[in-house]
Amino acid sequence: MTNSISDLANDSRCIFIIGSNTTENHPVIGTKIRRAVRQRGAKLIVADPRRIDITEHADIWLRHRPGTDIALLNGLMHVILRDGFADMDFIAQRTEGFEEFRAVVEQYTPELTSQITGVSAEKIEQAAHMMGENRPGALVYAMGITQHATGVANVMSCANMQMLLGNMGVAGGGVNPLRGQNNVQGACDMGGLPNVHAGYQNVTLPAVREKFEAAWGVPLSDKVGLTVTEMLDGAERGDVRCLYIIGENPMVSDPDLRHVQHSLDRTEFIVVQELFFSETCHFADVILPAAAFAEKEGTFTNTERRIQRVRKAVEPPGEAQRDSWIVKQLASRLLALGAATPDPDAPWGDWEYDTPEDAMDEINALTPIYGGVTYRRLEAGARLQWPVPDKTHPGTPILHTKQFSRGKGRFAAVDHIPPAEQPDDEYPVILTTGRVIYHWHGGEMTRRAEGLLAVYPEALVEISLEDAQKLGVRDGDMVRVISRRGEVEAKAQLNGRVSRGLVFSTFHFPASSVNWLTSAEHLDPLAKIPEFKVTAVRLEKVEEPIPAG
Amino acid sequence: MPVSLTINNRSCSAPDGATILDAARLAGIEIPTLCHHPDLSNVGACRMCVVSVQGARALQTACTTPVRDGMVVDTMSADAVATRKFVLEMLLTDHPNDCMGCEVAGDCELQDLVYDHGVQWPEHSGQRHDWPIDPDPNPFIFIDRNKCILCSRCIRACGEIQNRDVWSFAQRGFATKLVAGADEMLLDARCESCGQCVAYCPVGALTDKMSRGKGRTTQVETVRTTCSYCGVGCNFDLNIRGGQIVRVTSAQDAPVNGMALCVKGRYGYDYVHNPERLTRPLVRAKWLTGVEEKVNSNQWTVISQAEKRTATHRSTNGASATALITDNRSLITDDTFIQTDWDTALDVVAGKFAAEKMAHGGDAFAVLASAKCTNEENFLFAKLTRQLLSTNSIDHCARL
Repeated sequence: MTNSISDLANDSRCIFIIGSNTTENHPVIGTKIRRAVRQRGAKLIVADPRRIDITEHADIWLRHRPGTDIALLNGLMHVILRDGFADMDFIAQRTEGFEEFRAVVEQYTPELTSQITGVSAEKIEQAAHMMGENRPGALVYAMGITQHATGVANVMSCANMQMLLGNMGVAGGGVNPLRGQNNVQGACDMGGLPNVHAGYQNVTLPAVREKFEAAWGVPLSDKVGLTVTEMLDGAERGDVRCLYIIGENPMVSDPDLRHVQHSLDRTEFIVVQELFFSETCHFADVILPAAAFAEKEGTFTNTERRIQRVRKAVEPPGEAQRDSWIVKQLASRLLALGAATPDPDAPWGDWEYDTPEDAMDEINALTPIYGGVTYRRLEAGARLQWPVPDKTHPGTPILHTKQFSRGKGRFAAVDHIPPAEQPDDEYPVILTTGRVIYHWHGGEMTRRAEGLLAVYPEALVEISLEDAQKLGVRDGDMVRVISRRGEVEAKAQLNGRVSRGLVFSTFHFPASSVNWLTSAEHLDPLAKIPEFKVTAVRLEKVEEPIPAG
Repeated sequence: MPVSLTINNRSCSAPDGATILDAARLAGIEIPTLCHHPDLSNVGACRMCVVSVQGARALQTACTTPVRDGMVVDTMSADAVATRKFVLEMLLTDHPNDCMGCEVAGDCELQDLVYDHGVQWPEHSGQRHDWPIDPDPNPFIFIDRNKCILCSRCIRACGEIQNRDVWSFAQRGFATKLVAGADEMLLDARCESCGQCVAYCPVGALTDKMSRGKGRTTQVETVRTTCSYCGVGCNFDLNIRGGQIVRVTSAQDAPVNGMALCVKGRYGYDYVHNPERLTRPLVRAKWLTGVEEKVNSNQWTVISQAEKRTATHRSTNGASATALITDNRSLITDDTFIQTDWDTALDVVAGKFAAEKMAHGGDAFAVLASAKCTNEENFLFAKLTRQLLSTNSIDHCARL
């Protein structure tokens, strides 16, 4: 998030949610938004193909077709420009590329936008006016924006919107992606990405490479590594021979599970570090039992870039060990075997860590945005949101207040591109995916939490009343969902959330994970993110066997 | 403009719009309350905070009465104190005398007030409620209406914090009943099971069902930490007793969330102690030497029924299908998982990694770091990948 969660609660006069089922997937932010709407009269606009829970608090709900986010945003910006709501001072002082952007947006009349998105021209005008008249406004998104073959362009469109309205760098504004995992922000910040070291320092830049080579005392690769989807392709080809999988379950959460299965099958050596015997563990050569969050010390970084302490409350079961212990043990063995020989004079070449705080010292030294994030400050109650460049810096609740990271904010002229996966006669229905409030991601934890499983014990697939009637399916009947890649069975849920031609389901339950259906081929060309939100499927009723005799 | 007033013969000032309660607390003067909570609106329902105000015809509720310039307040007038005692006695006439067994004993605002005011258990033979205990199948929220004092904190927590409006009162007078929705079950009343109502209940009417009998507030240690589910970053206190997490309690000073949590944060912690947790390293027999000997001497254990690479693994839809079965008499093949000691497992991994690096270079490796792990751990995963395995092929589920 460029801004803070408290901004949404206190400062935004308009909140525009697009592609985020906030009350189910980020429930506490969802309650804060509900509160802002009900108690201080903030305006709420929700764009989502499904009638998700938060729509009932929305002033305007824009029900656009899956995969038409750019068209919808362009249409809204068309009206904002046309009717004089654009912040021309902000645009002149803080941005570039405006004219090229304007030329594209001018084509997206409410009528054309309505044709592409299915949202009425009238609603598009109303929403654009509401955004223009209620500033500062915050834009909130999640995987509904990013998990498309046009994910990067979708995100750029969101940034366009907030620059156009001058909603950047101010309390209550901002582009606010809600991160889905407790420490996905931190895993990115710490260099758990193939193109950057910790603190988003690009591996291909000579100065960065030299800095880390000097710190760690070995030559480093300047070649961008593989993303998760490319790793599995590499494994399938036999190029990737060893997979070290820590706390992830690709056999549930990655797209096209048959492809995942095939790739894992062909991998020479797989190490899985886990809490439970996950579906991926079936493919492992070695499984290392790890400690859960309550069993270790450290820090997590939340969606608003806030670094917070994690503290040990209980011991790990049996001989399970903290991940930091395991990785340190592996490192010292690899060093002993001569897998690498760091220069003994390199300041951070060794693996002498006694506590997580020792690792934080190294993070402070090598990661400018975490330069001043120390345990001493956190324990003293400092509330730190990165960048925290030094040990006296108070942190940065709002980004881009004076300038953008690159200087001027660049408007991106982006056109609507239809989803890569298209329905046809054989697969006429669109499947879109997500999570529900009672489960989390691949369900490895929540399926093992007794109460959560009791409330939501099995996979459900949301179907419209019309489609259900056509199939002769009632609420609770089993249906089969079939895509070009696979099929799953799940109970139909007729809750009125999806419209005709759209179904929704989750990846919380392995056997009926939507990822037996999704595609690993339709990726965003830049981010390599899968097009989870659009899969062409067809539905069948599962006929109950007639009881014998 | 600040307002000047006198409380208990002391001159005080308070901001315009403050209540007598606010002014008193600013001045360090305690006024007992029950239905009041600083996070919630004031309703003046319980009458515990009554005070005498010079010139007023009757006692005033401090939580709802705004201060006026020149106001003279006595919080400890005989009238006020007697009224509070009477209110407490009245509450006890319809309250089970169950403090011995009550889940919240030691953490009960009613119990504390009764103690502070020296109120005796009233001799009373009048009508008492006899509501069914735990009438709701919600697995997280335990309801005992017999202990409800009708303070409405749960109603306001649900309405004002969670903004869900599940709870309300039905009926009037003695028949007044706390109800979910139209007097239905919580989940049918669109309850999200966030437990805010439990967190704000001052007595034992609403309690955490999973925690009952596992440890009162006075019996647990608390550890402040950050939630392991989504990216909002809620902080809460793990309540620990006997080495187990027995409850999660929210905390007003949590930077992001305050008292609010969601169902997963407040009630989804028991996976940590799930008996299916992996407790020893597992290695396929083909990577090991001397398996039979180690198994026969019971240093290692054979895991049966965890076949490698069966065609599909689509039978594990539920929660309990992955329990590892140990059976040292079962047949050992190359792919049998053996539970080993750590040194053996780590040597197998490091040995294989070193050999693969020698033979194929860094491109042979790919590492999936974890959005579940800490910053420090992820930093070390990235360092291992880049410094020791010589590749940048590290990623995690940020795209999934």
